[in-house]
Amino acid sequence: MSISTNNKWLYTISSNRKFIDFNFEEIWKYRDLMFLFVKRNVITVYKQTILGPLWYLIQPLFTALTFTIIFNKVANIETGQVPSFLFNLAGISVWTYFKSCLTGTSNTFASNAGMFSKVYFPRIIIPLSVVITNLFKFGIQLLIFIGFYIYYYVNGAQIHVNGLIILFPVLVVIMGLFGLGIGMLISSMVTKYKDLKFLIGFGVQLLMYLSAVMYPLSLMREKLPRFAWLVEYNPMAYVVETARFMLLSDGTMSWYGLLYTCVITLIVLFFGILIFNATEKKFIDTV
Amino acid sequence: MSSIILKIENLSKQYRLGLIGTGTLSDDLKRWWYKLLKKPDPFLKVGAVNIRHQKSDSNYVWALRDINIEVKEGEVLGIIGKNGAGKSTLLKILSRITMPTTGVVKTRGRIASLLEVGTGFHSELTGRENIYLNGAILGMTKSEIKQKEADIIEFSGCQNYIDTPVKRYSSGMRVRLAFAVAAFLEPDILVIDEVLAVGDAEFQKKAIGKMQDISRGQGRTVLFVSHNMASVKSLCTRALVLEHGEVVYNGSTDDAVSFYLKGGADLLNHRKFGNAINKEVFHLHQISVKNTNRLVDDAIVEDAEIEIKTFLNFKAPNPEDYHITYHIFNEMGDPMFSFSSTKAPLKQGENIMSCYFPKGFLQSGQYFLSFFFIKDKRKAICIEKDIISFVVADGTRDIGVYMGKEPGYIRPQFEWHNAND
Repeated sequence: MSISTNNKWLYTISSNRKFIDFNFEEIWKYRDLMFLFVKRNVITVYKQTILGPLWYLIQPLFTALTFTIIFNKVANIETGQVPSFLFNLAGISVWTYFKSCLTGTSNTFASNAGMFSKVYFPRIIIPLSVVITNLFKFGIQLLIFIGFYIYYYVNGAQIHVNGLIILFPVLVVIMGLFGLGIGMLISSMVTKYKDLKFLIGFGVQLLMYLSAVMYPLSLMREKLPRFAWLVEYNPMAYVVETARFMLLSDGTMSWYGLLYTCVITLIVLFFGILIFNATEKKFIDTV
Repeated sequence: MSSIILKIENLSKQYRLGLIGTGTLSDDLKRWWYKLLKKPDPFLKVGAVNIRHQKSDSNYVWALRDINIEVKEGEVLGIIGKNGAGKSTLLKILSRITMPTTGVVKTRGRIASLLEVGTGFHSELTGRENIYLNGAILGMTKSEIKQKEADIIEFSGCQNYIDTPVKRYSSGMRVRLAFAVAAFLEPDILVIDEVLAVGDAEFQKKAIGKMQDISRGQGRTVLFVSHNMASVKSLCTRALVLEHGEVVYNGSTDDAVSFYLKGGADLLNHRKFGNAINKEVFHLHQISVKNTNRLVDDAIVEDAEIEIKTFLNFKAPNPEDYHITYHIFNEMGDPMFSFSSTKAPLKQGENIMSCYFPKGFLQSGQYFLSFFFIKDKRKAICIEKDIISFVVADGTRDIGVYMGKEPGYIRPQFEWHNAND
């Protein structure tokens, strides 16, 4: 669909389409729908569960606890001045946000096929609403983090927030867009190659180990210099490391690494939208 | 006088048969190569016309082929056709769910489509929450829905349950609520696919009335696809018939409906047998089923007398020992009743035997006749199964009355008396 330049017609439907068809005006028109999807996502996930929204808190807390026991107490990974639980909680919150953006958007076509085959709206509304839903969850998890932060601070831990924290929202946006980009790429390819579905689950799991979630980037460079490039080429490693630097003044912050992440994000997002657009046009015939 | 709001030009849609979706790499490469040479797509030429029961040589098939339609503002256009004729494909293209292979649709107004009621309903959400979600999916803004919320709830008749999750609703209530949202949609062009086939009689009446308001009262353009000839006849100002992806008829609603009903090779309401059924004692020439005083080519309607004529030559000297019996079956193949020519004895030589069903006796639907030639009232000397089939169409009904199918197959006109008269 393209808006006709000929003002005689409101719009035309044909097989011709623009190379990149990102109609911001139309998405804006459907913003109410996007927020209603967010609302639906938030309130229906834990309906008819006993603990309800508490699950938003339980998941990261127990993961952080497990990581602390396994990686810090058993495997003796050093987290410096920072209490290892707080170190893990920061990493996990950030990583979980990215992960849920990626996995949530990656099944856009598969899980909405029924709706997509019956009604038109800009399909990108769905992945966008997933990212916003996750932003909401991330907000809640950040609140717990702040709670524990205060607890440790009051108990005399040597922690302080870095001044660069004002750039934290930018970091969150980068993460969201990166997850969105990859998710859209995968969601488009899954419609044709269903194998990818199986890859995502454990692929994301593996990626976590390469994203400096449970160890500082410096430790990798020190202990495994030969394989450190694996982590250094992973844009998410810089995001996690930078987030920890902002929140806990721990580790290093590399402007170069961050720039690298931004560039990769933009590239991924560009191709994500491109392929997503191409897929939304013909996926109903191939699903 | 009124301007053209929607124009469909040379619209075609091609599908691939067989393993759709895996799309072979070699076909993709060939396409790409032809594109590079600036030749037309090789697979666009080989597509065969979409005839389901006839196996085609090609792997590609045209679901729609060269459709040209112009719709004027305020028109209610009915689209009828058998299953697989391309109706849904056309609606899907108009609703921007799928793209045409070639051709273009131009519109001057916003199109909203109702291919299903309750798209996106979430069973965990309450009725009210679903009104907002469904409304937004159909293209309304939050403030628009807020304005109409009270009307929607009232129209649905679900006031008591509006804050209960939809999963506790009966399926009927769900449909009511969903239709209510859709009914308050205000696009320039509304595209509707058979959504009226749901709900109880009272609600259907309400729904048809609402549709009437939308099209006549508010002057909105409507494209309406249905199998229900009664509702097409009462709602549409014009209709077209699709067959194998092509428009085969485009004109007045009544003509389109009768064109559709008598079309199709498997429907034979009159047959000449030639020498096919030429037995020792009799020679069957032809059988026809039609409304009395109408032509065999006209559609048979339920609100007129139906005449079944049998033409045969009786050759033996003892015609009084024989008679004809027909068994009538409904479209499910269930036998309904039998009727015999015992009251009108056969004569030697040519016979034209007529049998009449009173008006309104057979309900709309498809029927099959089996022919029996009986000797001595007990022995069938000739049995021809499903010798004739015919379709009885809905008569024109008044606006606002029930448009669906009544239960059963016959509707005899019994006598009624009020003792106080």
